[in-house]
Amino acid sequence: MTDQSRPATTRRGFLKAGLATGGAIAAGSAARAAQEPDPLITEVQPWAQGLGEGVDAVPYGLPIEYEADVVRRNVPWLTADVISSINFTPIHALDGTITPQGCAFERHHSGAIELRKEDYRLMINGLVDQPLIFTYEDLERFPRVNHTYFLECAANTGMEWAGAQLNGAQFTHGMIHNMEYSGVPLRTLLEEAGVKTEGKWVYVEGADASSNGRSIPLDKAMDDVLVAFKANGEALRKEHGYPVRLVVPGWEGNMWIKWLRRIEVTDQAIESREETSKYTDTLADGTSRKWTWVMDAKSVITSPSPQSPIKHGPGPLVITGLAWSGRGAIDRVDVTIDGGKNWQTARLAQPGQDKAISRFYLEIDWDGSEMLLQSRAIDSTGYVQPTKAQLRDVRGLNSIYHNNCIQTWWVKAGGEAENVEIS
Amino acid sequence: APAFAEKFGLGRPALPEEVAAWNVDVAPDGTGLPAGSGSVEDGEWLFSENCAVCHGEFAEGVDNWPKLAGGDDTLDHDDPLKTVGSYWPYLSTVWDYVHRSMPFGGAQTLEPDEVYAIVAYILYSNYIVEDDFVLSNENFLDVVMPNADGFIIDDRAETEYPQFSQQPCMTDCKESVQITMRAAVLDVTPEEVTENEAEAAAELKAAADAQDT
Repeated sequence: MTDQSRPATTRRGFLKAGLATGGAIAAGSAARAAQEPDPLITEVQPWAQGLGEGVDAVPYGLPIEYEADVVRRNVPWLTADVISSINFTPIHALDGTITPQGCAFERHHSGAIELRKEDYRLMINGLVDQPLIFTYEDLERFPRVNHTYFLECAANTGMEWAGAQLNGAQFTHGMIHNMEYSGVPLRTLLEEAGVKTEGKWVYVEGADASSNGRSIPLDKAMDDVLVAFKANGEALRKEHGYPVRLVVPGWEGNMWIKWLRRIEVTDQAIESREETSKYTDTLADGTSRKWTWVMDAKSVITSPSPQSPIKHGPGPLVITGLAWSGRGAIDRVDVTIDGGKNWQTARLAQPGQDKAISRFYLEIDWDGSEMLLQSRAIDSTGYVQPTKAQLRDVRGLNSIYHNNCIQTWWVKAGGEAENVEIS
Repeated sequence: APAFAEKFGLGRPALPEEVAAWNVDVAPDGTGLPAGSGSVEDGEWLFSENCAVCHGEFAEGVDNWPKLAGGDDTLDHDDPLKTVGSYWPYLSTVWDYVHRSMPFGGAQTLEPDEVYAIVAYILYSNYIVEDDFVLSNENFLDVVMPNADGFIIDDRAETEYPQFSQQPCMTDCKESVQITMRAAVLDVTPEEVTENEAEAAAELKAAADAQDT
């Protein structure tokens, strides 16, 4: 790489250099009282002289190379292989609420399959007046709606039940994405087939080998579930269910069936593998909760965080993060810098939306001393995000899923941050 | 109201052959089970051929692949071992999942009789049936799964929502705060690998390799 316009150091290199010399502070003050004229200003730079790329260079663009660290990451030791596995959205580096599809997390049980629109078929069968087959083209002819919702894996933060394990918001909270979906209400398709009065559940499954079948009560299916084919304006990505997936607002990500191929109306839950062996939550006494569908209110500070340390020294600091609730909209987020002794109410960038991610900000004047940062979400039902200790008191340590506890980042005097638990 | 909902006349009727091809789920009461049977003896051979490379000859699991047997009475322990025998509530799920999604990478290659036999062998591996057992659609519901009563329906509305919906403390909420656990001490997070770090690692490895020889 010989491009002269490239910054001399990587993000991490800059951090290390800054920490080594105590230069994080010096860098901040240097900018305020420049002794030498800045050559980036006083010398004509190549981009101000020559030409950039033409409009035909990139028909479909990717992020600029300097953002190469804003990518999905996986944790090899979590699963037996990379096919039935998980990766993580780089939430530590994103802002706003919409997740770019290209770095939105993936969770597959038999890999990301390739299914052409021409080969796509959707079946509705079971307790209906008329079992039906739809092609992809058929689906695009039904009245359409647009909604933004979060999809959070039931296992998000699951590795943290026993203690502070993974050092970064991407790894502790990155099994989530938030997209604007376009599609058809499931209700419309069910009404096209005509649900019989004995119908109490729908069993939904994908076209992949794992099938990922799940049972959904008919009330939910007729309420706000979508059969979606566009996300953030364009077709679903292959890894997110192209060409059609189910959107199940507020409910655990496992139920958002990708490559959706069949909807069966039944009079009972099928109790499939994904709702018995998996996605059931074992309590301390050995009994297990089943059908824990809703994702409760949760939040996390994305910056500062272990992968997004403070590099600018004391002074103005933007604390920001994400909050969401499967039971409604986010009403409020509180932030503490002293480990929960005192809380301040943060600012929501937009009023909370039903079952969608909210962005919050708290601007502070950092004095350079260490902090114990936490955020606490409150949703429209009045539910207040609990601590991990509160959750453990009810559930024990072996629930695996649904860990919506308050997260703590220990920000050290130099600005580095670490995932910790506190008393 | 749904009863008066408009219809659009889109889609076409599903043919019986099409529904039969895709509608293969099996419910806990046996709905969906095809006629057929298979013995523990046949299952042992089929399991060895199709399953043991990942799940072990005795369904005990290889490496990080799922264990299908064992773990009895561990559900209230620190690290419960959840298997078909120790955890799964319904035999229907075993049949359905094996038939539809296993072997991993070669799903939907097993005939119903083969699935009955493999399921019989998994039951035997969990000491739920004897070695001369033959499983069929007729005696399917007679098998009692050890953890059939181990599940409750989501009770958060009763056990959590009231206590987590109190006005939260805002000031002087606690006297002191101690760090009790640190992720950096555990050190299991994948590193961010920069070009320089990758080069340095390659050099170190080359140096180590040179010393080994």
